[in-house]
Amino acid sequence: MTRISSSWQAVAAAFLAAILAVILAAPASAQSGPATPTTIGFITTLSTPAGYIGEDIRDGFQLALKDGTLGGVPVKLQIEDDSLKPANAKQAADRMIQSGIKLFTGVNFSNVLAAVVPGVLEAGGVYVSLNPGPSVFAGEKCNRNYFVASYQNDAFHEAAGLSANLLGYKRVVLLAPAYQAGRDALEGFKRTFKGEIIGEIYTKLDQTDFSVELARVRSLQPDAIYQFHPGGAGINFAKQYANSGLSKSVPMLIPSFSMDARMIGATGEAADGIYASAIWTTESDNPASKAFVEAFRKAYSRTPTMYAQQAYDTANLIGSALKAVNGDISKQAEFRDALRKAHFTAVRGKFSLGPNQHPIQDYYLTKFVKNASGEIVQTVVRKVAEDYGDAYAARCKID
Amino acid sequence: MILLIEQVLNGLQYGAMLFMLASGLTLIFGIMGVINLTHGSLYMVGAYCAASAVLQSGSFLVGIAAALAGAGLYAVVIELAVVQWLYRRDHLYQVLATLGLILFTNEAVSLIFGRRPPLMDIPPFLQGSVTVLPGLDYPLMRLAFIGVGGLVAVGLWLLVNHTRLGMLVRAGADDREMVSALGVDIRRLYTLVFGLGGLLCGLAGVMAAPLLAVEIGMGERVLITTFVVIVIGGVGSIRGALVGALLVGMVDGLGRAYLPQGLQMLLPPSVADTLSAGLVSASIYVLMAIVLLVRPLGLLPARS
Repeated sequence: MTRISSSWQAVAAAFLAAILAVILAAPASAQSGPATPTTIGFITTLSTPAGYIGEDIRDGFQLALKDGTLGGVPVKLQIEDDSLKPANAKQAADRMIQSGIKLFTGVNFSNVLAAVVPGVLEAGGVYVSLNPGPSVFAGEKCNRNYFVASYQNDAFHEAAGLSANLLGYKRVVLLAPAYQAGRDALEGFKRTFKGEIIGEIYTKLDQTDFSVELARVRSLQPDAIYQFHPGGAGINFAKQYANSGLSKSVPMLIPSFSMDARMIGATGEAADGIYASAIWTTESDNPASKAFVEAFRKAYSRTPTMYAQQAYDTANLIGSALKAVNGDISKQAEFRDALRKAHFTAVRGKFSLGPNQHPIQDYYLTKFVKNASGEIVQTVVRKVAEDYGDAYAARCKID
Repeated sequence: MILLIEQVLNGLQYGAMLFMLASGLTLIFGIMGVINLTHGSLYMVGAYCAASAVLQSGSFLVGIAAALAGAGLYAVVIELAVVQWLYRRDHLYQVLATLGLILFTNEAVSLIFGRRPPLMDIPPFLQGSVTVLPGLDYPLMRLAFIGVGGLVAVGLWLLVNHTRLGMLVRAGADDREMVSALGVDIRRLYTLVFGLGGLLCGLAGVMAAPLLAVEIGMGERVLITTFVVIVIGGVGSIRGALVGALLVGMVDGLGRAYLPQGLQMLLPPSVADTLSAGLVSASIYVLMAIVLLVRPLGLLPARS
């Protein structure tokens, strides 16, 4: 009995020592000069069904690291899983702030972002978003320490509205789940679409079967539908759309995050023929993109999603700014200036940051079609918007 | 008119799925007095087993066998390992234990099958649509779903009303203590009923897998609706589960189809959309509240 308890004591002591080592090591690395690595707080969703998105984000970001350096500056990623729960993410962020971390990225959902960003900014940290760009932080509530390297959420849907104009659709039915992002999506689409909206159907957030809505679409006989259903609901929707036979007569238009590379795998043939608004696809024709896709496939033996590409570009943006201050992010004004200049080669092509520190970039109309080897890929049809910012930039005042 | 018939078919199909889940749940709840939150997980296990079996073998029949075996066996394992120790305990213990089992099952499934959800296509002989009426093409897979639901209803009716096992099940639903006092091995009966519930979940899983995304957490989503069905129908009654499932299926389907249109005629679009989205989500709970007001034990309770 005594032997057991003493060995347990040894284990407990070792465990405590390990915890202490971690707690003590973190501020030490953050306080010392550029010789030791700059720590980046990386909170993302690695578990739950959406975990594959976090994996792609993490792997895409790490692909940009060259021997543990970004822009020639040694960096250390402190990765935490938020399980898609804003409260978990907030706790992780608070722990990191206390350990002295000043630079954050990684979050992949708008609701989680809303929990993390205010705390980081209050503590004087810098946040660079690599996926969500919710409208709340893009207008009046913009902040000089908050950057979005991906897109402003609405812009994607506005690009879809422009795409619908180009495709000549006159009568369109809109479908989205009845929650904030769903409503925002449809508002964004309506902002740029010139035709007539003959039906606006709100689905339940956790809905899995869309037969009722599809029957209504059939009875309305639109030129096309625009639908925004992320994750599992999007897979269900596409499968049932194809199964109902509607896909033959009514084309479907989506924002590209309603059908990523992994979802194509889960929907099978149903993705064939769908149109999507996008800022990048694996088929984007520029050398940086081709090199990225090849490197990602080689490193992880799978096709990168747009999330991986966003993370990769964000990493390179951060790298360009770290280089400018030689890894010393305590020179915050210079670090911010360097981020704002965005001197790096983006995989998506042209990229700059607008007055609200959200991207100004090109948007494309893309189509899911079978390539020569029979795989479904997202091909670029044409550019629909050039140097496109967002609707909120004018309301943002950064001194 | 065509639209109405199509929506009624949609309601029937949803009802068929709910019935497969609810009939097992109502037996477990009614006879054994166990609140089994794991019921939805059994449905998920069935769908995962079916999808990966079809992926490996390419045959839908193998998928059905795998789903039934997987969900049925898992149900028996759960009953023997966890649930049977909790029959004499308070409902709270059962809720805690089966809630824990949901978390356990979700993690176990993602460990075994991987995080990437398996894809299951509609089998070739059920692909495409058939013309039900002139001008109305309806997907064959959904018709098959309704058909299987009907077969399950008939099968359960025969099982419950014309076999010895069914007699014990009915007796158990009426008075557990008396059945046990008459010398029936109530333990074995419980295990059998739990396994039967698992089988039905597996069947629902394999039928739903080609239409819905197979993913972690798909069971929890349908679980609450299933509880609504058995509360409306009356706990412990298969006929009640059938009536409840069809009622919920219809109210949900027709509500989603016609409520937004009806409200749009009365109110400005911005108000109507928000209001109808909320009302549609709440419709089955409103139905449940009305039923409970009129008949507190449900429509067709086992013990009237």
